[in-house]
Amino acid sequence: MSQSGAEGGKRFVLPASQFQQVFDALKRLGYQIIAPTLLDEAIVYEPVESVDELPAGFTDEQRAGVYRLKRRADKALFGYAVGPRSWKHYLYPPRQRLWQAKRDGNGGFQVIPEQEQIPRYAFVGVRACELAAIAIQDRVFLGEQHHDEYYRRRRENALLVAVNCVYPAGNCFCSSVGTGPRVQEGFDLAITEVLDGKSHFLVIEVGSERGAAVLEGVDVQTATEEQWQQAQQAVDSAARRILKHLDTTDLKELLYRHLDSPHWEAVAKRCLTCSNCTMVCPTCFCHTVEDITNLQGTVAERWRRWDSCFHIDFSYIHGSPVRVSEASRYRQWITHKLASWQDQFGTLGCVGCGRCITWCPVGIDITEEIRALRRSEEGRVAPTVPQEESHANT
Amino acid sequence: MVPRPFRLRQVRRETHDTFTLELEPADGSDSFCFRAGQFNMLYVFGVGEVPISISGNPTNPHVLMHTTREVGTVTKAMGKLRSGDVVGVRGPFGTPWPVEHAEGADVVIVAGGIGLAPLRPALYHLLAHRDRYGKIVLLYGTRTPGDILYRRELQRWRAQFDLEVHITVDRALSGWRGNVGVVTSLIARAPFDARNTVALVCGPEIMMRFTVLELQRRGVSPSHIYVSLERNMKCGVGMCGHCQLGPFFVCKDGPVFSYNKVQHLLEKREI
Amino acid sequence: MRTLETVLAEHPFFAGLEQRYLQIIVGCASNVVFEKGQIIFREGEEANRFYLIRQGRVALEVHAAGIGTLTIQTLDAGDILGWSWLVPPYRWHFDARAVELTRAIALDGECLRRKCEEDHDLGYELLKRFAEIITQRLQATRLQLLDVYGAEGHISRRGGT
Ligand SMILES: Cc1cc2nc3c(=O)[nH]c(=O)nc-3n(C[C@H](O)[C@H](O)[C@H](O)COP(=O)(O)OP(=O)(O)OC[C@H]3O[C@@H](n4cnc5c(N)ncnc54)[C@H](O)[C@@H]3O)c2cc1C
Ligand code: SF4
Ligand code: SF4
Ligand code: FES
Repeated sequence: MSQSGAEGGKRFVLPASQFQQVFDALKRLGYQIIAPTLLDEAIVYEPVESVDELPAGFTDEQRAGVYRLKRRADKALFGYAVGPRSWKHYLYPPRQRLWQAKRDGNGGFQVIPEQEQIPRYAFVGVRACELAAIAIQDRVFLGEQHHDEYYRRRRENALLVAVNCVYPAGNCFCSSVGTGPRVQEGFDLAITEVLDGKSHFLVIEVGSERGAAVLEGVDVQTATEEQWQQAQQAVDSAARRILKHLDTTDLKELLYRHLDSPHWEAVAKRCLTCSNCTMVCPTCFCHTVEDITNLQGTVAERWRRWDSCFHIDFSYIHGSPVRVSEASRYRQWITHKLASWQDQFGTLGCVGCGRCITWCPVGIDITEEIRALRRSEEGRVAPTVPQEESHANT
Repeated sequence: MVPRPFRLRQVRRETHDTFTLELEPADGSDSFCFRAGQFNMLYVFGVGEVPISISGNPTNPHVLMHTTREVGTVTKAMGKLRSGDVVGVRGPFGTPWPVEHAEGADVVIVAGGIGLAPLRPALYHLLAHRDRYGKIVLLYGTRTPGDILYRRELQRWRAQFDLEVHITVDRALSGWRGNVGVVTSLIARAPFDARNTVALVCGPEIMMRFTVLELQRRGVSPSHIYVSLERNMKCGVGMCGHCQLGPFFVCKDGPVFSYNKVQHLLEKREI
Repeated sequence: MRTLETVLAEHPFFAGLEQRYLQIIVGCASNVVFEKGQIIFREGEEANRFYLIRQGRVALEVHAAGIGTLTIQTLDAGDILGWSWLVPPYRWHFDARAVELTRAIALDGECLRRKCEEDHDLGYELLKRFAEIITQRLQATRLQLLDVYGAEGHISRRGGT
């Protein structure tokens, strides 16, 4: 990809009221804009035409198992964190036809790869954790040995307009896993929204030539040092407001040590294996395929569909699934995200976006489960010697 | 990553539920190169796609062979195909048997049931380079004498090459003169030098676990024991996630693993 | 001609057994030969001996109406045939038939039991050897019971134990 870090990138400023200029420039360059907008009581990424469709003046309250929209006192354009949808909806759609096969009349068939018209996407409002998630899915789908054409075609042309988080939500823990709240790399443009009593402006960093090309048609000014500092402070204060924490020391070994832990049974009592967490997770990549035919049986199609390690038939091999119990499926999920992912792709499979916590109907919290595992170890390593001593004293 | 159409030159019934397909590219094009132990994703038009090991001769890339046992939707539909029909092929995928690594050593092949299919290419290779190996021993267990695969070929090989073949069945009617008992019971007496042996094992997972125990009892080091594993597979290239076994994608890190790499995982439940 | 004692000593079952025990055991031993197809013992008969197979192959069989005669295990040179003589009610559980010409050493069970009662050290030595064989056969039988190659698959028993 042509995006690069912000170092040396130019910094501009644009009044928030003029943001539509950026949208217009994107459209002129042939991009289809996907941006946050309100839909069904949540902020989701959808195709939009105008800045007016952004959820200005809204924010989101997020807790374990809870997502609630609220009005803000101001008109911030990006005054919220991440919603139930992630950019993988567009780079790696939930359902995708891969190819068709047509009978040729003498026992054979011809395979026709999917010739789809893929829009040139401009993703507006990509958060730091989401940039990290996209980089992670790049490793999955654009590997050295094999790469996925369908993903590549979407990814290659997508323009990423990142937004620094100023109002993290209650389940965010990007700072624990080193992905946010400040965007660092992998963007074409990066915006910091500054809103104080007097002014409302956007500081825009350029991360790539493609990004610079967008700004060519926009009336931006070079940002002053003061404006830049204001933007920095806004993000710094966001970082201080992130309260959720995941201790990543020794994380892989911790999970590998606990493959037989009775704790999984305890989680399984609460887990509904509904797979919400994997669907909302911006890094989960598992999928299955479906083969269908038309009624005459002359045309067959192969579709790919998101799948989840929580589904019982995910691990099916003739006779029985490998992971039958709920406990084994929860263990697979969390162990994959935080441990085996590191072996497979050299990175955590979690970017700390908090979606799986928010959208879990029973509020299971990945950071809490890790804490519980650590506690179970403390119990074991610290024997009851001090207690016995105190007994002796009484 | 779309399937390539291959035409069935011939369908051979091996047993009541197992058949071998002989395939060639439908477009009349080039040959199909693979390494012993690798597999393809085979697609039956409109029905589905399943991982099936290549069972043919790696030194003859002009015919692609697959031996399949009918167990469910796709494999049963595959069993209804006739010569002239076409299947889709994606592959070859996965890691091979370490036949080069085994040069200079005795090779013990332990197969259970359909597990002989992925091992046959290894046998072809070993016999094609017979002088590079010490003793070659095939220990093969099936359910009944009627389930023995490649019977004539095994007889021919036994007559033609320096190859020990011991077959055992779980049960037999009294006409059967061969061994009855589990394949693990053949290991104790098989003629090989345990300290300089590479073992290739494929069969049901339980059979492999017991086989490995017996091999270790004979003194074969776990790092010289290789197993071929089976997991649900949808993509074959490490992207669908279905075949995960701990840190491994069985489709690309396997299916052939050295046993000491996977032992700790196979000992865990439901992993 | 090799003596019965050396033949005994060379059989894997007695490998490493002390000379003085071998001398005791040899008193209960005799050479036997079974023609191809010959029944060695039948289910339900009194079990008063066991055999060290030296050459050939023996099939253990069961009869069942509607199935016929089923071979459930074969034993070859080096194997032990029969331990029903060890435990009451001293009856064979299967038929044993020589599949080919088979040479073996028969050991008189009653004679051995008596000697073991007289010398518990000998009894312990023998029981250890039998225990190992019985365990191996039990494991094998369990595997066979799992029917791992069966149509409904080994896989349903995957994971665990
Ligand atoms: C690397 C590899 C090599 C294999 N080689 C052979 C071979 O050479 N010959 C042979 O007969 N079989 C082989 N198998 C097993 C074969 O893939 C399954 O028997 C087949 O997938 C069953 O599909 P089905 O639709 O007939 O059965 P169903 O029971 O209807 O299966 C439904 C689905 O479950 C999955 N599935 C079921 N059983 C298995 C299984 N055992 N392994 C993986 N996925 C499964 C498949 O996705 C299948 O489409 C191999 C499996 C793997 C992983
Ligand atoms: S595991 Fe949860 S917190 Fe981590 S990236 Fe996925 S959805 Fe976000
Ligand atoms: S195995 Fe589970 S956690 Fe891992 S990518 Fe797949 S669905 Fe996500
Ligand atoms: S089969 Fe898809 S990841 Fe291995």
